[in-house]
Amino acid sequence: MPRALEGSQAVARAVGLCRPQVVSAYPITPQTHIVEGISRLVADGALHCEYISVESEFSAASVALGAAAAGSRAYTASASQGILLMSEVLYNIAGLRVPLVMTCANRALSAPVSIWNDQQDAMAVRDAGWVQLFCADIQEAVDTHIQAFRIAERTEVPVMVCMDGFTLTHTLEPVELPEQQQVDDFLPPFHFSRTLDPSRPLSMGTLVSPDYFSEVRHTQHEAVLATATEIESADRDWEAATGRGYGGLLQVRGDPGAVTGILALGGVLGTLEDARDEYPECSAVRLIKLRSFRPFPVDALLRACEGLEDLIVLERALSPGGPGILWPEVRASLCEMERPPRVHGVAAGLGGRDIPLSILPRLLSLSGNPPGRFRIIDLEPERLPREGAHD
Amino acid sequence: MTEAQTVRIEHLRRRQPRFSGLAPGHRACQGCGQALAARLVTEATGPDVAVTNATGCLEIFTTPWPESSWRVPWLHSLFENAAAVASGVEAAWRMQGRESKVLAFAGDGGTFDIGLQALSGMVERDHDVLFVCYDNEAYMNTGIQRSSSTPHAAATTTSPAGSERMGKRHLKKDILGIIAAHNMPYAATASVAYPSDLRTKVRRAMAVKGPTFLQIYAPCPLGWAHGGELSIEVARLAVQTGIFPLIEMERGRVIGVMPVREQRPVTDFLRPQGRFAHLFEDHARAREELAHLQALADHNIERYGLAGEAPQRFDSEGADTVHRGGVRRG
Ligand SMILES: Cc1ncc(C[n+]2csc(CCOP(=O)(O)OP(=O)(O)O)c2C)c(N)n1
Ligand code: SF4
Ligand SMILES: [Mg+2]
Repeated sequence: MPRALEGSQAVARAVGLCRPQVVSAYPITPQTHIVEGISRLVADGALHCEYISVESEFSAASVALGAAAAGSRAYTASASQGILLMSEVLYNIAGLRVPLVMTCANRALSAPVSIWNDQQDAMAVRDAGWVQLFCADIQEAVDTHIQAFRIAERTEVPVMVCMDGFTLTHTLEPVELPEQQQVDDFLPPFHFSRTLDPSRPLSMGTLVSPDYFSEVRHTQHEAVLATATEIESADRDWEAATGRGYGGLLQVRGDPGAVTGILALGGVLGTLEDARDEYPECSAVRLIKLRSFRPFPVDALLRACEGLEDLIVLERALSPGGPGILWPEVRASLCEMERPPRVHGVAAGLGGRDIPLSILPRLLSLSGNPPGRFRIIDLEPERLPREGAHD
Repeated sequence: MTEAQTVRIEHLRRRQPRFSGLAPGHRACQGCGQALAARLVTEATGPDVAVTNATGCLEIFTTPWPESSWRVPWLHSLFENAAAVASGVEAAWRMQGRESKVLAFAGDGGTFDIGLQALSGMVERDHDVLFVCYDNEAYMNTGIQRSSSTPHAAATTTSPAGSERMGKRHLKKDILGIIAAHNMPYAATASVAYPSDLRTKVRRAMAVKGPTFLQIYAPCPLGWAHGGELSIEVARLAVQTGIFPLIEMERGRVIGVMPVREQRPVTDFLRPQGRFAHLFEDHARAREELAHLQALADHNIERYGLAGEAPQRFDSEGADTVHRGGVRRG
């Protein structure tokens, strides 16, 4: 029976169903409700877990690292400035190949201060070596967290589940929470192959000379690429058990036969789907929901883009002075196609700017034109006070 | 092998300390105080431990992949998070019902400076971890830069002595005072010059359930610019001059001090070390700084009540530590 739950509460319950033994976190909007929810589960005896309230995100990630290395399932969550503060640890966790799951409640980065949603934080740690899965709605966030533990633990690659702050964390939707038994059947107890154990001492985090460094990094690269299979099989098996699947690495929605496509990450996909109903003349659009941003699913993307003449990449982050973040990756991947589509790159909805349904016709108006340079598409420069306006 | 030889080897085996967590063959400099200290610590803890190690010399010289000197499970994550990673290991083991002890190792940089916040959090949250600071009074791994543990007037590569400066301008941070303010169940200073005292303190810390702290004075011949053969001598002089008092604390209260039977002048400690060479030049500011350092040593003697009742020629390896209450074990 689905029931109305706030996104954060639903995710807290989903994480609880995965029976983490150690959770450590530091509060930041819009992640707070998730970790408050988990603390509540622990306080009420619904979850047997060490909940560790640390003094910073740096320690939140470090405690989770230590706990997983010592053989316990561990979890943390953060957003925005917290992601940046823990970024050094995130790289380290991935390099050490410690299986962990964390939530990133996506939020803009300061300055200027914004507590609102975009995906700059996740993009800032794009290269950390984590699997990054983006969720389009609350139900997907619930199910993806459960899948994430299995993916991380089978591959020894950490998984970051990204869900848009406020639009997913603070809204209510009818959500189906799985039964404990379903989760237990899907997710076996945690076992880490290289756990710290005095009876089998090993050294982790050693100094690697240039003689081996490239090979070690190559191994990590291959390992992250190889998670693709686990991401797909986790989603498939979960779908078999619950009837809910999300396409594995990516999902084609909208009109799969359309020759114009829009590719995006996260909750904005829901907006675009609603916009198809609102603007029937715009319904001939293929919506590509990139679920897995890392590993970047080149093969799945090539298949999803078959027959497209235009692909509009909609980003929720900005690399100031750069050519976009997602756009160049998509373009480079599609070079392999015999007849690649024109790929247009735009950003919208930065720092919580509302993405209205009318974004759809606006995006589609790009198709047929030669792709220009990357730009922010929903700018309203007239909103800024002009310098000297009072003189 | 003859019978006599067998007996001899058995005899030697028995004389060897039971266990050392740090195997020989690592790449520390000759006379490295930290290498000796880490060996002494793990001899006293025994094998039923895990170590989280902050970035620094100890981490680097023990683990050039694919080799490692560690005979205990060992995890190096980063420079500033040894205490936080140790907290995580400890929490996991607590959940698993495991009794093994977690040790966090860090240099003075990883303790006094960049790791202080994580250490404070670990203590506040009451994790059952023994945190060991190997204090060599500078960032040695990166080439002898000043830390907040560097003593006043010592020259480092970022506090050099020159016509305008007499080495480091500021005082060594009172880390034990900070630890004391955390109401730590047990904290102590120790020195590689007093190995049996050091081992005893490790054993006491191991017996405590909760956070404990050891600051171990660990000369660095490279950074302090003295001969490798002088490490123990310099460490002993630091104690005998009052520069580095050996004390024990429970819940912030001093419960034991190793008396200084016959206080030596600080110049005895300073002279063998190149980092203080500028203090022995013939000018007024050098003399002023020498007087300043002597005053600091005298202050320590007074603050901790180190002056022994009867002057004795030899120090006592801690056997005559003056106890002032407390619930020390072992
Ligand atoms: C975040 C970060 N900043 C700086 C460094 C560079 N670094 C590595 S070890 C070190 C100094 C270590 O000093 P200390 O903790 O006293 O240990 P020692 O090497 O002296 O034993 C520094 C500055 C680093 N690894 N990480
Ligand atoms: S530089 Fe100093 S602390 Fe580092 S290994 Fe050499 S002697 Fe030891
Ligand atoms: Mg140091």
